[in-house]
Amino acid sequence: MYPRSFDYVAAGSIEEAVGVLASNPGAKVMSGGMSLIPMMKLRLLSPETVVDIGRIGGLDTIEDKGDYISIGALVRHGAVASSALIGEHAKALQQAASWTGDPQVRNRGTLCGALAHADLAADTPAAALALGATMVAQGPGGTREIAAADFFVDSLMSALSPDEILVEARIPKRGGGSAYDKLGRRGGHSDYAVAGVAAWVSVSDGVVADCSIGITGVGTKPTLAVGSMEAMTGQGANGITAAADRALEGVTVLEDLYGSEAYKSHLAKVYTRRALEQAFAAAG
Amino acid sequence: MTATMSQVGGIVRRKEDPALIQGRGVYVDDIKLNGELTVAFVRSPFARARIISIDTSAALAIPGVRAVYTIDDVRSLGPLLAQIPIGKLRPLLADGVVNHVGEAVAMVVAEDRYQAEDGAEAVVVEYDQLPASVGLKFSATDEVKIHDDLDSNILHTWVSHDWWPGVFELEDHRPAIAAAKERDDVVIVSQEMVNQRLIPVAIEPRAVLADWSHGYDRVTLYTSSQIPHAVAGAIAKTFGLPVNGVHVIAPEVGGGFGCKLNVYPDEVLVCFASHKLEAPVRWTETRREAGYSTIQGRGWIGTATITGTRDGEILGYELDALADMGAYSQNFTVAIPVLGLYVASGQYNIPLAWSVKCVATNTQTTDAYRGAGRPEAAYYLERAIDMFATEIGMHPGDVRKKNFFKKEDFPATVPIGLTMDSGDYVTNLDKLLESSDYAGLKAMQEQARSEGRYVGVGLSTYVEVCGFGPSILAEFGFGWDGYGLPSSFSGSGLVRINPDGSATVFIGTGPSGQGHETTWAQIVSDRLGIAMEMIRVAHGDTTDSPMGIGTFGSRSAAVDGAATYEAAEKVRSKASELVAHMLEASAEDVRFADGGAHIVGTPGHKVTWAEIAEVAYKPHKGPEGMEAGLEAHAVFSPGNATWPFGSHIAVVEVDVETGNVDILRYLAMDDCGNVISPMIVDGQIHGGIAQGIGQALFEEAVYDENGNLLSGSLVDYPLPTASDLPMFELDRTVTPTDVNPLGVKGIGEAGTIGSAQTLVNAVVDALAPLGVKHIDMPLRPKKVWQAIQDAQEA
Repeated sequence: MYPRSFDYVAAGSIEEAVGVLASNPGAKVMSGGMSLIPMMKLRLLSPETVVDIGRIGGLDTIEDKGDYISIGALVRHGAVASSALIGEHAKALQQAASWTGDPQVRNRGTLCGALAHADLAADTPAAALALGATMVAQGPGGTREIAAADFFVDSLMSALSPDEILVEARIPKRGGGSAYDKLGRRGGHSDYAVAGVAAWVSVSDGVVADCSIGITGVGTKPTLAVGSMEAMTGQGANGITAAADRALEGVTVLEDLYGSEAYKSHLAKVYTRRALEQAFAAAG
Repeated sequence: MTATMSQVGGIVRRKEDPALIQGRGVYVDDIKLNGELTVAFVRSPFARARIISIDTSAALAIPGVRAVYTIDDVRSLGPLLAQIPIGKLRPLLADGVVNHVGEAVAMVVAEDRYQAEDGAEAVVVEYDQLPASVGLKFSATDEVKIHDDLDSNILHTWVSHDWWPGVFELEDHRPAIAAAKERDDVVIVSQEMVNQRLIPVAIEPRAVLADWSHGYDRVTLYTSSQIPHAVAGAIAKTFGLPVNGVHVIAPEVGGGFGCKLNVYPDEVLVCFASHKLEAPVRWTETRREAGYSTIQGRGWIGTATITGTRDGEILGYELDALADMGAYSQNFTVAIPVLGLYVASGQYNIPLAWSVKCVATNTQTTDAYRGAGRPEAAYYLERAIDMFATEIGMHPGDVRKKNFFKKEDFPATVPIGLTMDSGDYVTNLDKLLESSDYAGLKAMQEQARSEGRYVGVGLSTYVEVCGFGPSILAEFGFGWDGYGLPSSFSGSGLVRINPDGSATVFIGTGPSGQGHETTWAQIVSDRLGIAMEMIRVAHGDTTDSPMGIGTFGSRSAAVDGAATYEAAEKVRSKASELVAHMLEASAEDVRFADGGAHIVGTPGHKVTWAEIAEVAYKPHKGPEGMEAGLEAHAVFSPGNATWPFGSHIAVVEVDVETGNVDILRYLAMDDCGNVISPMIVDGQIHGGIAQGIGQALFEEAVYDENGNLLSGSLVDYPLPTASDLPMFELDRTVTPTDVNPLGVKGIGEAGTIGSAQTLVNAVVDALAPLGVKHIDMPLRPKKVWQAIQDAQEA
C-alpha cells in the first residue's frame, strides 16, 4: 500500500496537463484519484509522473447546452447523482452515479475519471453507452469527439491516447426515457456491478422507435447490447422479454468470484429486461 | 462541569466518544518517536516452497535502508510462543521453507516506509516450489504432509466424551445414538455444511512500535492488542527479561474481534530490530497484507445429523467436522474448536456425539474470531434443528422448546461435563415469538407466496459460554502460562481515590471499542456516588495496570467488571469509616450518592469526595491508627463461566430471479443477565449481528488450490455496511447469574453466535416451495440462484 516513487505535477490548465502527458510517456492523469491511487498503492501501476488536473478551475460544471448536457472533467459522481437536469434528461446516468462507490467516493471521484478508467464493472459507462454520450478528448492537437460506443475498448482501456484527457462528457437530450438497474457485489445496488444494464428508449404510438442498451459487469468491457437493441426496435412492451434474451450477442462473459458464466449470462438478460421495462415506463 | 451520577443499568453517553468521534483518539500510528525506523516485510508468493537463497544486497544498497534481517538473525530467539503449542509453531521469519502465501521471509528496516517497501521489493528470494496442501478434505488425507516433523496434518481431534481425559469422566453417547437410529419411528436428517473462513477486518490494522532502551535495559512496545500483559510476557520470555523489563502500551485499539488476541512475530521482531539498531522501530500493517499477517477465523466443513422422533424428541445430535488451522499454530489455534464443543449441544438436553479434527493447511493461521468456535457450533446445531423441524413438519419453536433444558433443570450439566448455572430458554423464546408476532409473520409469508414473492422467516436460539472460570481451566490452557506468566483467567481492578476526590480505575482488560471506560465508570459511580466525569478508567498499560488477562471471550464485564466492583466495595468500606469519623456517625449508616456521602436519614448532613479524600490522605485528621490513602485492588476468580442465551428472528425476501437476499426485519431477544450499560449492550448486539450477517451473506476468505488468497482486498471481501442492514429490533429477558456479584453475563459475541444461522434459516424457509434445503454461506446471489436451479432440476 505504498506506491513506488513518482513525480507529481499539479497542472494549472488542461493545456499544461496535456503538455506533460505528451512529453512523459509514463505519465498518468489524476482527477479524483479514487482508482489511480489504490492501484499505485498496490504497485499494480507505477507511473513515472502523476498529472493532477484536480486544481484546474472551471471544469466542475454541469451545463444545459440546448440539445445536450455538458458534464465537465471534474464533476463528481455526487454532483451527477443530485443534478435535477441530469435527473430529467438522463435518469440512467443519475441512477448509475448514485450507486457508484460510497458517499466518500462519490464526493471525490469524477464521472469523467471513471469513464476514462473504463473499469469493466463500473456503473456509469453503461449509462454513457445507453444515453449515446459523446466524449470530448483534448490532446496536443486540440479536441476530438469520440462516441461512447467507440470509447470503451477493453478492460481498463479507453479510446484515449496516452496524451489525451477526457475533458467533457456530452449527454444528448434525446427525449424518451432511460433507466439503470444492477445487482451489486454486496447484493442490491451496493458495490461494483455483477451485472448492470442501462437502457434508453424513445416510444412512439406504444412501440419503441429507437433504443440503446449498455451492459456492464458481465463481460470484458462495458458494451452495447446490439442484439437486444435490434430486437426491441419497433416492439411494444410485450417485446421486452424476447429482446432481453438477446442481451449477450457480442458480449464475452467472464466468470469471477461473484458469478459463473451461466449466472452472469442469466443476470445480463434479467437486468436488460428490468432496465427496458423501467425505461419504457419512463418514456410513456 | 456536569456531574452525571450513573447507576448500574443507567443509560449514559460513552465517555470514549468525544475523542474517538472527533478523530482525536491516539492509536499506535499516531505516536511518533524521535529517530524512528520503519519496517516492510518480504512475503512469500508461494503456499509451500523451499527457500534456496535470499539475496539482500540490492535492498541494502537502497538509500535509507538500514538493515535486512532473515531467520538467521533471529533463529536463536526460538519460534513464536503460543499458549496452546499443539501443531507447528510459527518461526519468527520463514525458516528454510514457506508454508503459506504471504509468510514473512525477510524484514527490511529503513528510515521511511517507502524506502522499506522499495527495499522489500529488491530482496531476491529463490524458491523451489513444493506441492501445497490446501482444502480441508484434501489436507486431512495427508497426501501432502505439510511439516516434516509432524506425523500428520491432523493436529488434534476434539471428541465430546473425551475432550479432557483424566479430569472429566464422561458418558459416550455414541452407542445410544446408534441404537436410536435403528428404531423404526425415528427421522434422521443429515447435512454437510461449510462454515467458511473469514478475515477479521478491524478498522485499525495492527500496528507496533518498539523502543528498546539500552540505558535502562528495558523495552517499551506500543501495540494494537487486546492482550497487552500477555504480549509483555511473551516479549520478556523471548528476550530473557523479567516481565517488568517490558512495558507494553496498547493505546486506543480500533477493533479487534479476536484478531488482536494473539502474539505476533512482528511484535517480537520490532523489539529485536530496535535492540540491534538502537532506534525506535515501527511496523504498521497495510490493509492488503492483513490477509497474510493477521489470523483468520472459522473455516469448518462438517456433517450435522439429528436423530429424533416424529413428535420432535431429539435422540441424538452428531457433528463430524474438519476445522482449518492454517499452516502454523499461534495463540489458541488448536483450542478454538473446543470453545465450540462447550456449547455443542446448545440449550438442549440431548445426547451428543461431536468430533472435530483440527487440520493444518498451507494457508494463514486461524485463531479466535468473534465467537471463536461457538458461532460454528451454533450454526451446525441450529441449522440441523431447523431441518429436523421442517422434516417432521413441526413449528421450529416447538421443536426447540421440547428439547430445551427447562428453568427448573438449572444448574444443568451438559454432555461434555460443564454446568450451566442459570437459564430460562422457554420464556426467552416465547417472548420473542410473541413480540415478533411470529404467527403473523408466517401469515404474511403465505400472503407473499400467493403473490409470487419468496419471503422467509428464520429462527434460531443459542447459548453462549463466556467469561471463563473456574481457575482449574488454567491447567487446560486458559491462562498465559505459555507466555511465561502463570495465571488463570481471573479479572483485576484497582480503584484509587485521588487526593482531590476524583477516582482513577485501573483495569486488566484490553478494550478495542467496547466502551469499558463508560461501563467501568458506571460500576464505580454506582458503588461510590462519584460523578462519571470524575472517574478516569485506565487500561492497556502494563506498568500502570494490575496484571490483566485482556479482553476476549466476552469476559471483561463478567470477570474484570466484577473485580472492579469488589475493589470499589473495599474502597467504600474504608471510606465509610472515614465518613463515620468525619460526621460522627456509625459506618453502617453512611450512604454514598451525588458526589459525596451522607448519613442515612439526614441527607443534609454530608461531605464531598474531596473532603473524604483529604481526610484519607491526612491521617492525623482521620480515625486513630487508620492507614493513609484510599485505594483498593481486587482480583476476581469466577467459579464458573457465564452462559448468556437468546433467540433471533430474521425476515427476508429473496428475488428468485437473481438470488438477491433482502433483509426485511431482524429481531433479537438476548439475555445477558443484569445489564450495566444498556446502550453499550445494545451496541454490542448490533455489531455482533452485523458480523453474523456479514458471514451469512457476504464474507469469505477464498483460497485457490495453490493457496492464493483471492479475496484479500476489500474490493473482493465485501463487508456489511449500515446501508446493507435493516434497523435491528432488540429486546431482552433478564436471567441474572450468581457467578459474579454483578449478576452479568458476557454480551460481546452473542450477536454473532445467534445470527448467521438465523439468516440462513430464513433464506431456506423462503425457498422451501422451490425445494431448496440448504445453501452454504456466504449466501451471495450467485449461490442462492444456483441452489434454486439445482433444486428445480432435482
